[in-house]
Amino acid sequence: MTNTLIDLQDIRKTYGTGEAQVQALAGVTLQVREGELVAVMGASGSGKSTILAISGGLERPDTGTTKVNGMELFSTPEKELARLRRQTIGYVFQDFNLIPSLTAIENVALPLELDGVTKGQAKKAAEEALELMQIKEIAKRFPDQISGGQRQRVAIARSIVGSRKVILADEPTGALDSRTGEAVIRALRERIDGGAAGILVTHDAKNAAWADRILLIRDGVIVDEARTKRDLNELMKNV
Amino acid sequence: MSLKHNILAVLSIGDCHGYQIRQEIESRTGQTWPINIGQIYSTLDRLERDNLIVAERANPEGQIRYSITKAGKAEAMEWLKAPVSQTTQIRHELAIKLALAVTLPGVDTELILQSQRIATLQNLQTLTTAKMTASESAPSDLAWILILDSQLFALEAELRWLDHVEGLLLVSAARGLESQNELNTKSSKRGRPTKSVGNGK
Repeated sequence: MTNTLIDLQDIRKTYGTGEAQVQALAGVTLQVREGELVAVMGASGSGKSTILAISGGLERPDTGTTKVNGMELFSTPEKELARLRRQTIGYVFQDFNLIPSLTAIENVALPLELDGVTKGQAKKAAEEALELMQIKEIAKRFPDQISGGQRQRVAIARSIVGSRKVILADEPTGALDSRTGEAVIRALRERIDGGAAGILVTHDAKNAAWADRILLIRDGVIVDEARTKRDLNELMKNV
Repeated sequence: MSLKHNILAVLSIGDCHGYQIRQEIESRTGQTWPINIGQIYSTLDRLERDNLIVAERANPEGQIRYSITKAGKAEAMEWLKAPVSQTTQIRHELAIKLALAVTLPGVDTELILQSQRIATLQNLQTLTTAKMTASESAPSDLAWILILDSQLFALEAELRWLDHVEGLLLVSAARGLESQNELNTKSSKRGRPTKSVGNGK
């Protein structure tokens, strides 16, 4: 029996009050096991980014339970939660969230250093992550000296550095061309196959297809799910 | 797919006998195109008749080697350069199904779209799973990847089209177009034709 690393039970979340109240999630239950990648697709405002924010401990749900690696996020003291986020959860933000005064490699190594990993070890792990993202050559440049696509790959490298068990990615290939985007998703997939769990929020169906399950969300509810079952030979018969 | 031109393209590299031609085409197209050996020989006969290839006398094992002529080489190059003409499917089955469904009372077009979306996503996953195990640096895999990618992009386009259709149908519903669904009984002047040929003209 493989480990359930992300476990959301009946999550509800509302933003705003009174007339301006918007229900982002209206009862979402989702479990992601070790080695599993789940993609979430849906129109803008359907609630897909909220699932990610709650799984990452960045937003508190109104009701429901959120367990990551067996730990209930919102009954955990803040200090411990911060440690869990650094050590266990890799988060790829849509707007990258890089620190402008640090070089690419320093950005990637930072979460490890904060956890007390030695500078040398952190640097080595950061180099490996940059190499996986095929951007080793820009390691010593600052975020404003590299392209949007490179910044995005630095952000992904930072999310997978070390041995994080949970990877949460919000449109991780938005700034990348089709080929580079595919290389990045392939690297994420391999990382997850190696013993992590991931949630991928995306508009891009070709990226979502790298997931084991694709959830369709509408108005804060998971309305359907796609998982591979067609036979390839059957599918290619008419090609 | 033009078997004739594939054979010419293979023979432009060097002389081959029939079985060899089949193997070459199959390995160069990622094994996605199973070809009947009978088809190969009948096509070779036609190519020889049209002076695009020449057949040698059979060797003791009964194998005949074929070589390409100058005219055959020119034909192969012409084919490679010419764009493939895609016949646009005006009567796309799903488009027709949706066009009809919109006018039927009590039919939930959103459900039709949803089941299609799931089916298309599953196909996309199946192809992607095949792609995961392929390696771009292996020549035989590269042919396979090219074919998989063409299908992946087509399925992605279909999903975008489904999103577009959903938006379009929502707007139509808002305008009340779906209520115009009664049968038109006024203009029906003829009954069912008694014969199937030459009637009703």
